Amino acid sequence: MLYIEDLEVELEGKRILRHIDLEIKPGETHVLFGPNGSGKTSLLMTIMGYPQFKVVGGKILFKGQDITNMPINERASLGIGMSYQRPPTINGLKTRQMVKICSKNKEEDEDKTVELAKRVNFVDFLDRDVNAGFSGGEIKRSELLQLMAQNADLMLFDEPESGVDLENITLVGNSIAELLEKQIRPENEKSIIRQKQARSKMGLIITHTGYILDYIIADKGQVLYDGVLSCTTNPREILNCIGQMGYKECVRCIVDKN
Amino acid sequence: MYSRQELRKKAQDAIGKPGTLGPDINLEDFDKSDLPHPYLSDQELMSLPKAEQERLIMSGLDLTEKERGGTFFQKDSRVIHCKSKQEGIEVIPIKQALEKYDWIKDYYWKLVSVETDKYTATAELNLQDGYVIRALPGVKSIYPVQASLYIDKNGHQQIVHNIIIAEEDSELHIITGCATSPHLKKGAHIGISEFFVKKNAKLSFTMIHNWAEDMIVRPRSVAQVEEGGLFLNNYICMKAVKSLQMYPTTHLVGDNSIARFYSIIVGAPDSEYDIGGRVFLKKPGTRAEIIARTISNGGNIIARGHLIGEVPGVKAHLECKGLILNGGRIHAIPELEGHAEGVEMSHEAAVGKIAQEEIMYLMSRGLTEDEAVSTIVQGFLSLDIPDLPPQLKAEIDKAIEASDKDMM
Repeated sequence: MLYIEDLEVELEGKRILRHIDLEIKPGETHVLFGPNGSGKTSLLMTIMGYPQFKVVGGKILFKGQDITNMPINERASLGIGMSYQRPPTINGLKTRQMVKICSKNKEEDEDKTVELAKRVNFVDFLDRDVNAGFSGGEIKRSELLQLMAQNADLMLFDEPESGVDLENITLVGNSIAELLEKQIRPENEKSIIRQKQARSKMGLIITHTGYILDYIIADKGQVLYDGVLSCTTNPREILNCIGQMGYKECVRCIVDKN
Repeated sequence: MYSRQELRKKAQDAIGKPGTLGPDINLEDFDKSDLPHPYLSDQELMSLPKAEQERLIMSGLDLTEKERGGTFFQKDSRVIHCKSKQEGIEVIPIKQALEKYDWIKDYYWKLVSVETDKYTATAELNLQDGYVIRALPGVKSIYPVQASLYIDKNGHQQIVHNIIIAEEDSELHIITGCATSPHLKKGAHIGISEFFVKKNAKLSFTMIHNWAEDMIVRPRSVAQVEEGGLFLNNYICMKAVKSLQMYPTTHLVGDNSIARFYSIIVGAPDSEYDIGGRVFLKKPGTRAEIIARTISNGGNIIARGHLIGEVPGVKAHLECKGLILNGGRIHAIPELEGHAEGVEMSHEAAVGKIAQEEIMYLMSRGLTEDEAVSTIVQGFLSLDIPDLPPQLKAEIDKAIEASDKDMM
């Protein structure tokens, strides 16, 4: 479980997240909405442990451990993974090597890497430098491939559908659903209820468009407005609300909440 | 061809002439007397002391000779092993070649001028030995030939002259390792190299240097590439040195000939490296590429590059990327010179540090900070070198991996 309590975060001396309370239980996926600059990416980076996002109040617990001051790599080892919107290029490091780094097994056989890459249609990119000259959609598939190899328990997705063309959106959507164990397989020998009970993966997905909801049945939606979580409810309802009234309606909610 | 007397005369006149680049060296500080090391049989080669073997292996020498087409091994002033394992590939000590073969006169001091500076001069006046490696017309090297120039005695000055010839339509691959014995601190290496790549021939020359802290290194190299020929020159230096200065020059004298230079330099504290490559593109359709990756690691590195396009229809690119790590200095000096309309020449130079964003990205995939830095450095140093035989790629990768341990 991810448990965030009264989190206060500063970036370069400026308060960017205030009084954040968030709880993601095993098997749950939450969708995070919010206008540009509201602090969505900052929240993800803070959970991942980027040190420039300074926690000045509150705490973050993951799997019962206080990770508020834990270095990034230890959080990764504990089972937190992130799919970036604009990850850096690493010259000279092949995507193939990166997949092995993620899987923590440098001796892992090539077949496994290729098999994972096939699932996101990325085999042809394995011998390219990580993110070098990748298009928006290619970056997303590369990030998914890395997350698949990492097998994290909590996955943070920063706008996984942005820049993905129509041909690949289904692939990306379904891959995320599979990573988050949100796909229901009728042919599975377990009943649907047992399948649901067996889910342990957690997800937090930033989306602007909500397209991702066509592929993933998210458990909760959150709206982040100006550094504050303004509402927590059914994600479809949020999407409809934003679609009709825009984010300005959130201001009213925040005022009323307080 | 000058007679040896004429060459000696010119050399005597130039013996006091300092090099144009790099600190001046008093060669009298080093002992150049002959050290009569005995010739080694195959068996004896395999039973060298372990520490010595390791130094040799690090500079690319395979003592089992399994995947090598021949071996040349010079220890201090003496050639202690020399053979070819492939018909049509000749490996001959240069002193022997100068005595026995008339054809050597067409190559000896034909590209490098004996009066360049005191280093070329001493190479004529005090020549110890060196190698001649030649691929006969149409012969293709199956495995690379290995050449090792090894300095064993502290304070020794090794003076060699090498001639490499790829005859028409041949393909020759050479790996040459220069190294010093584990106990050596001080020494000097002066090496003249002349490369002849004839019509439609392909020559790859991969040099791995493992010097010592107080070593002075002054190579003087010139290559000439004829029509349709390819000269691929790789240089790897990952170890400390007191002062290394070289500026190998290539003349592309035939239509559509190609020169490609790749250098990987990792500095060390108190070490000075002044390295570069210069290519003259003299005929239409010629291509040149000079790519350098340097890491200061506390050392002082000057990375030069100079492309001279003399006729229309040439294409050349220079890329010089430096990373300042653990202090030190990198000075990139890229030069482009176009002498005709229609030359296409470009350069890209960058000196910087490792981006924090990249470190964090890798850390979020589970690597520690040190592992992340090391991964980025390895990536930075890894170059995709086309036309390089797999054994040589493996040697370069090995050298990069070993350097990583020194840096961290």
